[in-house]
Amino acid sequence: MKTSIISLAVAASVTSALAAIASPALAQQDGKEKCYGVALKGQNDCAAGPGTTCAGTSTVDYQQNAWKLVPAGTCEAMMTPNGHGMLEAGPAPA
Amino acid sequence: MRPSQLPAQAGVGFKPEHFASIDQERQPVGFFEVHAENYMGAGGPPHAQLSRLREDYVLSVHGVGLSIGSIQPLNQDHLQRLKQVCDRYQPESFSEHLAWSTHDTTFLNDLLPLPYTEETLAQVCRHIDEVQTALGRQMLLENPATYLLFEESTYEETDFLDEVVKRSGCGLLLDVNNVFVASTNHNTDPASYLARFPVLHVREIHLGGHSETEDDLGATLLIDSHDTPVRDPVWALYADVVRRIGPVATLIEWDNDVPDWPVLRAEAQAAQAILQRSALAA
Amino acid sequence: MSTMQQRFAAGLMKPESALPEGLTSWNCRQPKVRYDVYRNNVMVSLRRALASRFPAAEMIVGEDFFAAMADIFICEHPPRSPLLFLYGDDFPDFAAAFPPAQSVPYLADVMRLEIGRGRAYHAADVAPLDPARLAAVAPDDLAAVRFTLHPSATVLRSAFPVVTIWAMNAGEAPVAPISDWTPEDALVIRPHLTVEVLRLPPAGAVFLDALAAGGPLADAAEAGAAAHPDFDLTATLACALSGGAFSTIQTQPGDQP
Repeated sequence: MKTSIISLAVAASVTSALAAIASPALAQQDGKEKCYGVALKGQNDCAAGPGTTCAGTSTVDYQQNAWKLVPAGTCEAMMTPNGHGMLEAGPAPA
Repeated sequence: MRPSQLPAQAGVGFKPEHFASIDQERQPVGFFEVHAENYMGAGGPPHAQLSRLREDYVLSVHGVGLSIGSIQPLNQDHLQRLKQVCDRYQPESFSEHLAWSTHDTTFLNDLLPLPYTEETLAQVCRHIDEVQTALGRQMLLENPATYLLFEESTYEETDFLDEVVKRSGCGLLLDVNNVFVASTNHNTDPASYLARFPVLHVREIHLGGHSETEDDLGATLLIDSHDTPVRDPVWALYADVVRRIGPVATLIEWDNDVPDWPVLRAEAQAAQAILQRSALAA
Repeated sequence: MSTMQQRFAAGLMKPESALPEGLTSWNCRQPKVRYDVYRNNVMVSLRRALASRFPAAEMIVGEDFFAAMADIFICEHPPRSPLLFLYGDDFPDFAAAFPPAQSVPYLADVMRLEIGRGRAYHAADVAPLDPARLAAVAPDDLAAVRFTLHPSATVLRSAFPVVTIWAMNAGEAPVAPISDWTPEDALVIRPHLTVEVLRLPPAGAVFLDALAAGGPLADAAEAGAAAHPDFDLTATLACALSGGAFSTIQTQPGDQP
């Protein structure tokens, strides 16, 4: 019996979902797509780097780069006065 | 073997940010060139745009990752991907570089230099044979921008290229900016280089911008950075070459700090004007 | 020659290593600056490739941090393919374990979302499932319907509000303090030519993963319900169908619709 109850529930949900997405508000979205998309810059090219010869030559030593190795982008701006939820989320995987 | 056959007109390297502008104009340039590796995904906007361009334009496919100058065998998967791109778009030309970029399993993403010896000559010719056989078409080989030399080299670059052409039947892509960059970097005369270059086999010319720095001893070192307009001495060398060999397909390359479309189009028009003058003189 | 190329390659990602033997120039037998041009080209171009694949991650940590982290990653995990749009699949795992990034524990999930965006961008062009196909299935057969996910789809589960964080750092929403710090699952999808990032309803990722594994609709619905008390089959299906998450359905085993 369990199976048929689930079947009925699934059928009802599918019907409701199909009705929901048939509404005009959602159906409009496809028309906005441009014909050829917005292509990103290709990542392979044949140019040399900028005309400096030092950017790739700094050591990848943690100590020497320590000043760079403090996140300093939008991470601070996204913090609430209570922190940024790290405690709720638990530690990141090691 | 299908020969490389670009029209003797000026083209530009296609940049996706220019697509909308290009699509609103009527044939602003003679052809487009794309980097093959950027069209090796399964689908999406890159293919949608390139398919659209292909309807109206002559196309050149330019590889940047095959590592023809490698001592190790060519990456067969990559060769098959190149074949797929060529089969799909049927470009009028396919070209690659006299350089290497893969060692062992690492892709180093730069066009690295090779010594010019009997051994490297044989290997480069083997690789070009393999490419031409796999693609069923002639390929063009481009002269590199180099920053240093190898003690073991026994060939001049121009003699090396001449020998490659004789043995493999490939054509040449003459990058005039690379000639100027490398000649400056090696304290040689670019006009002499061009006088020795096997120009009869040139099927395409590249023009691009470079930037300037200094070497260990304070001597000028030019970098093939493709981030500026074509420099005046490069235009002058180009005009000389075209006067010598007649009009030939010419591409403007601009890969870094890419300008708005009208700026790039104007560079192509400047090249087109030189081509037309040479056609009238002939 | 193999030794020359080997020596040349070996020093490119080791800035402190000695100049390879056998190089020269017109004015100098030890052309260190000239060799450094190649070192620079390799590192800068690969760093750029990573920055263009992970723009939101770069916004979150800033350019200097991103570049420093990228340099270490590049040296430890250089590309194995000439296709740079594939480079960096293991960068999120690297970032998750990168000690200086521990203060931004959500960084790796944002990067995983960006991996999904890149994959979706280059995925095969396949028309999304026409909902009429599903509407045509007899009600009694619906529970057994199996779905094939669209080739562009990536389903991402996160312990962080990953969609909100990504949106703020991709220019889709203003950067602001996130007061509602709740886990979000994401569906990254390109049904036509634009890559979309959708926030899935609760247990939406469990549901879609169960479908992606080949299970029938009823089993996926049960898995969703078991995973979260607020799982809503109607809302989740509506989100997935309107987002274009599926390409085909199968009503009978072995049936090719």
